[in-house]
Formats: sequence, structure tokens, C-alpha cells
Amino acid sequence: MSHAATNDPLFPRSSAGSLIAAALLIGNTVLMLYPIVIMVFSAFKTTAEIFDAPFAPPDFTYVENFVRIWGETSLPGYFVNSVVITGTSILLTLILGTMGAYGLARYSFPGNSAIFMFFLAGLMLPLKLAVIPLFLQMRDFGLLDTRLGLILIYTAMGLPSTIFIMTGFLRTLPVELEEAARIDGASEPRIMFSIMLPLSIPPMVIAAIQNAVPTWNDFFFPLVFIQTDARKTLPQGLSVFMGEYTTDWGMLFAGLTIAALPLTIVYILMSRQFIRGMTAGAVK
Amino acid sequence: MQTDYRNREKRRRAAWIAFLILPPLAMMLTFVVWPLLSALSAAFYRWDGMAQGEFVGLKNFADVLFGDHFAALTWRAFRHNLFVFFALFVVQNSVGFLLAWFIYREPFGFRFHRVAIFMPVILSTVLVGFLWKLFLDPNFGLINQLLDMVGLGGWRQPWLGQETTALPALVLANAWHWVGFPALVYLAGMQRIPREILEAAKLDGCNGWQMLTRVVWPLVTPSTTITLTLLFIGAFNWFELPYIMAGLDGSPYGSTDVLGLYFYRTAFGNQTAGIQDFGHGNALAVLMFLFIAAVATVITQYLRKREIAL
Repeated sequence: MSHAATNDPLFPRSSAGSLIAAALLIGNTVLMLYPIVIMVFSAFKTTAEIFDAPFAPPDFTYVENFVRIWGETSLPGYFVNSVVITGTSILLTLILGTMGAYGLARYSFPGNSAIFMFFLAGLMLPLKLAVIPLFLQMRDFGLLDTRLGLILIYTAMGLPSTIFIMTGFLRTLPVELEEAARIDGASEPRIMFSIMLPLSIPPMVIAAIQNAVPTWNDFFFPLVFIQTDARKTLPQGLSVFMGEYTTDWGMLFAGLTIAALPLTIVYILMSRQFIRGMTAGAVK
Repeated sequence: MQTDYRNREKRRRAAWIAFLILPPLAMMLTFVVWPLLSALSAAFYRWDGMAQGEFVGLKNFADVLFGDHFAALTWRAFRHNLFVFFALFVVQNSVGFLLAWFIYREPFGFRFHRVAIFMPVILSTVLVGFLWKLFLDPNFGLINQLLDMVGLGGWRQPWLGQETTALPALVLANAWHWVGFPALVYLAGMQRIPREILEAAKLDGCNGWQMLTRVVWPLVTPSTTITLTLLFIGAFNWFELPYIMAGLDGSPYGSTDVLGLYFYRTAFGNQTAGIQDFGHGNALAVLMFLFIAAVATVITQYLRKREIAL
């Protein structure tokens, strides 16, 4: 990205090495995308067609699988739950994370770096291993088998990376910005909301993506905490759905396709932000 | 008057900072730190299902490591996790490194490949698990049909149904899912290497392979620190994919049983043995946590020392 690709003297495109690299990348891309293509193809076939000609593209006119999923199964409800849970916890994570990051990045006070290190340590802790006490805690709070319980867990899990990303960005904003406003008599909250936060939208998008993908995809915490079918999330509901339709492969592939659709569409539209979001922290 | 005003300003400022910091801090303490500490303390007690009994010291730990009913399963699962870690290191991280290098060279179409390689990463493990379970189906699965098509019908296998191939099949599905992550972390590491170093290496007569192994690989150690640490944490936390593809018991015959599955079964029970055992579950969780934290720290420290400042 940093240099002109077409006339790169180091790796000329016509060299044997570049041709081999191109060929291997094409092979890899086929390997990455073909299973997804087959999944979408199969969603538009009957089970018999899938077994007869698994590799053949369909004509996309057979939509019975999707109609049945919409009308007969709980998948639409799971979908709504996932949207609500992911949306709310991302919103809460962004609000709380930005507050914490702003306090840590823009003010010096005793304990500042200790609290920052505390949040950073949270990046490395596998919360999965604390699931038993978390289970008892949720039971005591009366939050077992509720969507709110999951929202709180996901919010807490998202805070370390959000604070890491937002602190890194907020520290780069020049002091002069707030000093000028302070001389003009602006209050601290006013400085934060009117001056600093409008500049912080791009890192917020990165932080939101970094938390949205694992939250949307999480299977473990719903598996432990949610029992009522009407409150299940999409990944969890999908495993129930798969159990019911084990022999109806057309339905199975259609269900998988629906589950993959939202993130895939957004990814295709904004892959650059997605890649940056998912690798933020690893790539400084 | 003046000092009064200053004091009031100071207090208002402190209150404002507290208002910013305390809510996220409280969230972390309630839902991350407290549960982790509770797991540690709960492991020292006897449990009857979900009810905490008396203090038993290190008994739960001794049971899961050396006890009759537990030790064999614990160590088998541990060996499987080790296999998964090393296998993923080869097929996920090393392949990711090579793919990063191919993209770095910016051959024709590299932008498209960069997007494509990351595509599976955003899919959920449940989805990837089911997809590959269907593809690996012994009778109708795509993989066996593909082997038939290219004339290798003799290689048809019940991939997930036999002990020798089940765990490697899961490893390959995991690698398909995640290979884009190390690839893009390595790519970012390569893009930080100054061009002059690669140009000098080429002038000195390095061929592509030598440049890759002797110049690029040592210089991307910061990326290796990240990918290897995360791979280790991921491999020893592995749960979703084996659960979806091989079931809670690690079928067939426990050949895909890993610590994550064993921990979940011990804590929350399963269909065949529906007992919840929070004492031994917590002991397992604490041991896994300490092991992961210790090794991840060692990996990070060791690789940090090898990082070369650019």
C-alpha cells in the first residue's frame, strides 16, 4: 500500500515469484469463498437437488426454503434477539468505554496509569473460564435466562478493547483544542461533547466493529445462560434449528445463509473498516 | 474567596473525572474481575451441584489432576489441546504468514485476495462448524463427492466419524475459518519493514525464499508475538467448534475431547451424566486459567526480547 504497485522494482509483476504468488492467492481465495458460495447455492435448492448436483449453480427461483424459515421456524425471532442484544451492548460499550477512555486520556489524576493497566489486563482474560461464578451471580441478580444478563456480560467484555482503542485516539488530540475552549468558559462536559467527541467518530466505528462481530457470533454465553426458546440468539437458535432439520439440507443451508447475511453484507460494503476493526490492537 | 473558588473548581473536576471513570470500572469489577476471583476461591470448596459446601483445600485440584475419575480425561484433553495448538500453528499461522507475504508482494488482484481471505473470519463458529459438518458428511458431503469427481474415490473417509481423522478435520475447519487473521496481522508487520532493508537484501543477492526466511521472518516478530499468543489462548479455550462438529463428549470415542468441552461437561453436566459439579469445574477452570496466563506471559516475554527495533 505504501508504494506504487505496478512498477515496483523489488517485486515486478511479471517476475516468476509474483506469478507464483498470484496463482497461490487465487487458489487460496477459491478455497476461502467456494464453501460460502456452495452454502448460498444450496439454499436455493431442494434437498434432492443438493445431493444430485451439489456443485451446480441454481437458477435462484426456488425460494421455498426461505419462505418456510420465515413462516414455520423460530429463526426470525432469534434474529431479532441477536439484533437487540448486539445493538444494545455495543451502544453501552461505546458510551461507557468512551467515558472511561476520555477520563484516562484527557486528565491526569492519581491512579490514572494503574486503572489503564487494569483495563488493558482485561484484554487477555478468557472470561469463559469464569462462567460458573458468572452463572451463580446472574442467578442471584435474577438475570439468568434474560437478554439483559447477556447484554451486561457483552458490555463488560467489550470495555477493555474499546478503552484501549479510544484512549489511543483521544491522547492524540491536541491540548490546545480544549484550552481554547476552557478560556472561552466552556465547561468540561461541554468540551467533551462539543469538541472532542465529534472528532472521535472513526475510532468509535473501529471499536464498534471489533465488539459487534464476536458479540453477534457468540455461542457460549447464550448456551449457558438462555433456556427459553423465545430469548435465544441466532448462533444458539441455529444449533436448535439444525437439530430439528438434520435431514432437510435445503433448509439447513438457507438457515446458515440467513445467519451469515447481515455481517457479510456490511463486510462487503466496508471491508477496510472491518479488517482494521478486527485487527485493531494487534496492529498498532 | 479566591481559594474557595479554586477548591470548588477542583472538587467539580474530581467529581467529573469520577463520573467518567467509575461506571466502566464498576462494570469490569462486577462482571469480569469478581467472577474470576470467585472462581479461584470457589475451587477450594466442596460443592453439591450448585450448592457450596465446606472448605476442602486443594482436594478439587488434586482430583482433576490425579484422581481416579478425572485425571485420565483431563490429561487426554490436555494432549488434544497441545496437538490442536501445534497443528494450528502450522496450518493456520504459518500458512497465514506465507499468504501475507504473497499479498505484500502486491501481485495482480492482491486487493481482492486481501478482502477474500478475511471473509470467513467474520462468520460465526456455529455457522462454520455446521457448514463443514455438512461438507464432511460421509455419504453426501461435498468433500467425498469432490474426491470422487477427481478420481480419488478411494480416499473417501467418514472424516468426523473415525478417531484418526476427526481432530485433524476440526483443525482444518478452524484454519479455514481463521487463517485471514494471522495473515493480515503479518501483512501489517511486513508493511512496517523499511523498503531499504528489502532492497539491500536483494542487492546482496537474496532470492525470494532467503528474503522471506532470513529478513522478513525475523523482522515481523512483533506480529508473531500477537498471533502466537492469541493462537495459544484460542487453542486452549477451544470449545465452540468441537462442540458443534463433534458434540459435547468429543465423539468419536473422545478423540476430539478438549479441555473446554471437559470443563463444560464437568460444570454443567450433559445428557448421559446430568450432574453439575461446580467444585471440580472451578478447579479445572482455575488450572486452565493459570496455565494459559503463565504460558502466554512466557511466549510474550520471550518473543518481545527477540523483537528488533526498526
